[in-house]
Amino acid sequence: MIKVKEKANWPVMIFLILGLSAIAFPLYMTITIAFKQPSEMTNSISGILSLPKAWSFENFREAMKVTDFWNSLRNSLLITVISVVLSILIHSLMGYTLGRNRAKNKFYNFVYLFIVSGMFVPFAILMMPLAKQTAEIGLANWFGVVILYVVFYMPMNILLYSGYLVNIPMALEEAARVDGASTWTTYWKIIFPIMKPMHATVAVLTALSVWNDVMTPLVIMAGSDQNTLPLAQLNFQSQFGTNYNLAFASYLLSLIPILVFYVICQKQILNGVVNGAVK
Amino acid sequence: MKNERKRTFLLITIPILALFICFNTIPLIRGVIYSFTNFKGFGNYDWVGLRNYLDLFTDIRVGKSYWFTFKLAVVTTIVVNVISLLLALALNSKIRAKSFFRGAYFLPNILGALVVGYIFNYFFTYILPALGEMIGMDALKSSILSNPNTAWIGIMIVCAWQAIAMNTIIYISGLQTVPEDVYEAGNIDGATGWKKFRHLTFPLIIPFFSINMVLCMKNFLMAFDQIMALTKGGPAQSTESISYLIYNNGMSGGQFGFQSANAVVFFIVIVIISVTQMKITSSKEEQL
Repeated sequence: MIKVKEKANWPVMIFLILGLSAIAFPLYMTITIAFKQPSEMTNSISGILSLPKAWSFENFREAMKVTDFWNSLRNSLLITVISVVLSILIHSLMGYTLGRNRAKNKFYNFVYLFIVSGMFVPFAILMMPLAKQTAEIGLANWFGVVILYVVFYMPMNILLYSGYLVNIPMALEEAARVDGASTWTTYWKIIFPIMKPMHATVAVLTALSVWNDVMTPLVIMAGSDQNTLPLAQLNFQSQFGTNYNLAFASYLLSLIPILVFYVICQKQILNGVVNGAVK
Repeated sequence: MKNERKRTFLLITIPILALFICFNTIPLIRGVIYSFTNFKGFGNYDWVGLRNYLDLFTDIRVGKSYWFTFKLAVVTTIVVNVISLLLALALNSKIRAKSFFRGAYFLPNILGALVVGYIFNYFFTYILPALGEMIGMDALKSSILSNPNTAWIGIMIVCAWQAIAMNTIIYISGLQTVPEDVYEAGNIDGATGWKKFRHLTFPLIIPFFSINMVLCMKNFLMAFDQIMALTKGGPAQSTESISYLIYNNGMSGGQFGFQSANAVVFFIVIVIISVTQMKITSSKEEQL
């Protein structure tokens, strides 16, 4: 067969290009307002759509000061990175243990079902007791938030890992055992590296949820005068007052890290999200 | 040798299970216990038996929040799935720059819901009324967020804007599982357009349809960030989602015990809906 370059479906492409404006417009608006001065803000459509007169970074400098940007960014990064690393280590190990034993052993099967059914528990019911509990044991801080993320994403991630494990033949482990390797060594040397595609999925899903989460830090870290990026937006909202230019500069600042991450790892993110949802 | 394996597995399971119980099971049990008390969040409290639960069913504010949350979840789920399916069909057809379009259409999903909410808040408060002025449409001249009858539409739009991105990607991966020869066979039988979609494509992507339904309902029933950024439950308490009400009145409104009862009922509702959805969709899949 001769491969012919298929003709593009132009009506569909025009529909898609028009549709993109629904995504581009809010972003365009954010960027232009972030660069404008309060004196440039008018109530007419043409004034709203116009480009700023000068591209000055003054709003951003001011917004960084008001929202304590660098500290919030550091906290967000710290929480996200540690949560992702711990999730990959702990959840893969647990997913492996439960996945390998639950077919033959009632206890492991019970533990598996017990943890996976935790997916149905809405945060709303845990929020008030957890706020009390973390305060009681001195975990009302960023580290407490990390521990909670490791627990909250455990059901989903264990489901993913033990599902993936079905494709990995037992023969690999048995061969290692014959060679005298312990179960622990076999796991880290053989199974953990094989599960790499699933690690990527788990990392993407966990990172996106943790990075954008508002409720957990809001409830747990409220008294610790530490902020994450979303929490800073929430806490400083009143201080922007009617200076929308400052507010939008701050919104844009808080979106930039995830946008950069998306541009660099777009393919992995799309794959991860689809894998996570479909499996 | 066998014992070593058993011991290792047990040593892995016990600490991780303990962690899970500490921060998931125990707070859940504590929440249930608090729901039988008149705890304010501080100080002493007494047992009140089932009174919180009885009060829940007569509390107008709780009733309103359930009505609002379900209205939002059902309408948004329908809107999102219709648009996502259309977009997925378009993005899966013969177009140029396919990966660019897919990447761009997924973008809203990675942005934080809170900041997206703030951006749309400005859009609804200033830009949409300005547009209404210009084209002389009275309905748009004042902010839709300040009207108790229309504020929920604003929240619906923001929820949909982000969720469409996610659902579209899932539908695309569903469409890619449909083998080419199904369409070829369909072409021979003379199936076109809507008929082809209704009888060929859609039945084959039902599993993806059910994933999207479950995902949507679950997310929208738990809506919180969007409310926080757009309306804070207002105007006139017309947009208080269940999660928002539990947070607002339970954490700082002195209703710790009462809102715990609300949270327990909410939990049961979520479990019932999830189990029903799974039952329905798995029976549909079997029919194929």
